[in-house]
Amino acid sequence: MARLLFALFIFSSVTLAQAEEVVLGMSQNKVAITATFDGSNILVFGAIKRDSPIPKTPLHVIVSIAGPSKPVVVRRKEQRLGIWVNKDAVEVDAAPSFYAIATTGPFQKVLSETEDLRHKVSINRAIRSVGAPMDVSNAQSFSDALIRIRREQGLYQSLEGTVALDQQTLFLTTIKMPANLTEGEYRTRIFLTREGKVLNQFETSIDVRKVGLERFLFKLSRENPLTYGLLSIAIAILAGWLASAFFQVIRSR
Amino acid sequence: MQIYLPIAEVSVNAFLLLGLGGLVGVLSGMFGVGGGFLMTPLLFFIGIPPVVAVATEANQIVASSFSGALAHFRRRTVDFKMGLVLMLGGLLGAALGVLLFNYLKSLGQVDLLVRLCYVIFLGIIGGLMFIESLNALLKSRQPGGVKKRRERNLVHSLPLKVRFRTSGLYISAIPPFVVGIFVGILSAIMGVGGGFIMVPAMIYILGMPTKVVVGTSLFQIIFVTAFTTLLHATTNYTVDMVLAVLLLVGGVIGAQVGTQLGTRLKAEQLRILLAFMVLAVCGKLALDLLLQPAELYSLGAAQGH
Repeated sequence: MARLLFALFIFSSVTLAQAEEVVLGMSQNKVAITATFDGSNILVFGAIKRDSPIPKTPLHVIVSIAGPSKPVVVRRKEQRLGIWVNKDAVEVDAAPSFYAIATTGPFQKVLSETEDLRHKVSINRAIRSVGAPMDVSNAQSFSDALIRIRREQGLYQSLEGTVALDQQTLFLTTIKMPANLTEGEYRTRIFLTREGKVLNQFETSIDVRKVGLERFLFKLSRENPLTYGLLSIAIAILAGWLASAFFQVIRSR
Repeated sequence: MQIYLPIAEVSVNAFLLLGLGGLVGVLSGMFGVGGGFLMTPLLFFIGIPPVVAVATEANQIVASSFSGALAHFRRRTVDFKMGLVLMLGGLLGAALGVLLFNYLKSLGQVDLLVRLCYVIFLGIIGGLMFIESLNALLKSRQPGGVKKRRERNLVHSLPLKVRFRTSGLYISAIPPFVVGIFVGILSAIMGVGGGFIMVPAMIYILGMPTKVVVGTSLFQIIFVTAFTTLLHATTNYTVDMVLAVLLLVGGVIGAQVGTQLGTRLKAEQLRILLAFMVLAVCGKLALDLLLQPAELYSLGAAQGH
């Protein structure tokens, strides 16, 4: 029975997908982290292609951008002998380094619980935490803290109601990416929903890369740390010598 | 002008960094201190991760100590033999320090270690400097002779005696080696040259003549901080070259300005100001540890399994 339902579900979603489809445009599919990089605004816009009349129920659009996922250790401070020290730690198995979600309306109205669980759209779902060690109390507070801290750094953003939808056909939103980005493929997804159900999904990626000198130094420091270390010492010695020689010339005048 | 630091992965104002480098450079030129012990905490305050601040500051000190040591080479006020013994100890100490640093980093306690070290040492130095400059101020009103401190102590009774000709000493090589180890550990953990420990230790423990103390200390600091830089770069990847260059450009210019200023201004009164600054930085760091932080949680990169 369950299998039959599942097959029906797949079938229906396929037919629906053909009914309404995302045609996407983006201001840029690359973000270059240069020496003077100070954040970037990504404009995500598009249209909905359909070959049948617009249904009565309201259409919603969700745009999400997710940075590369990495395990993160969340530590909690406790007072010990008068000073605040890190005590309990919980490892979150995978947390995107950046996550922004923009919608046309309140999140609960736009996407149902089950669909969120299936597609992992909300920030809470985008983070994967298998389990905390048994001796840590209140483990949920650790992943809440992760979200809270990254929200404050502008790395996690929930932008409810910021996608403008015109005539149920054209949509547009701007997502601001902060300066403290990490490199990688930023998975960008667009969902079309009606009554909390996903009708169509479109996926692309934004390539965030350090370029030029930034890229060269970063790569060298990871791939050839000895050379990098020697180079930084050489620069320091040279700078020290230059300064000394330069000011000696000035003084001898 | 914002500039993105490739290793620290934060965007900071370039002029702020040049200014900080310049300010600390002026102070270090004026008072003959390395400045690392002021710069590293200032980097914490502007949001550079402590692990990057410590490693990068070690790199910057290579430049400032080399520039300073050159002047002493010309004046022949470097005891190379003593410098070598101190340096050997220092290299061993730096290696031990980086081991300790990396072990505590894996436990998530490295920030605490660095901050605690700073609170303790800045507290001691600031306090001593304050008392000393207060005494000097009082004394400058009633001129008197400077006390000579040269006692026969442990330095003379230990084995492995070596003749240090430039310093005019015939003492055991063990005490300078141990001093070197101790300063090397501090250099690796705190991102400092350690001159503020080294100089008094050379005068009061080893009994070296004052004129060779600074040059010899700078000579060994070059090698120990260079080694520390290399260790941090290869094990933690935390040396930020862009940050280091910005700081050292400000620093070397500031140091020369400071040296010129120092010859014109009254040092005693300024020394009290420096003492206050050191104590203020120490106080701020101490408060961060003692008061309940607004955010109890912190994030760290997970270690590979």
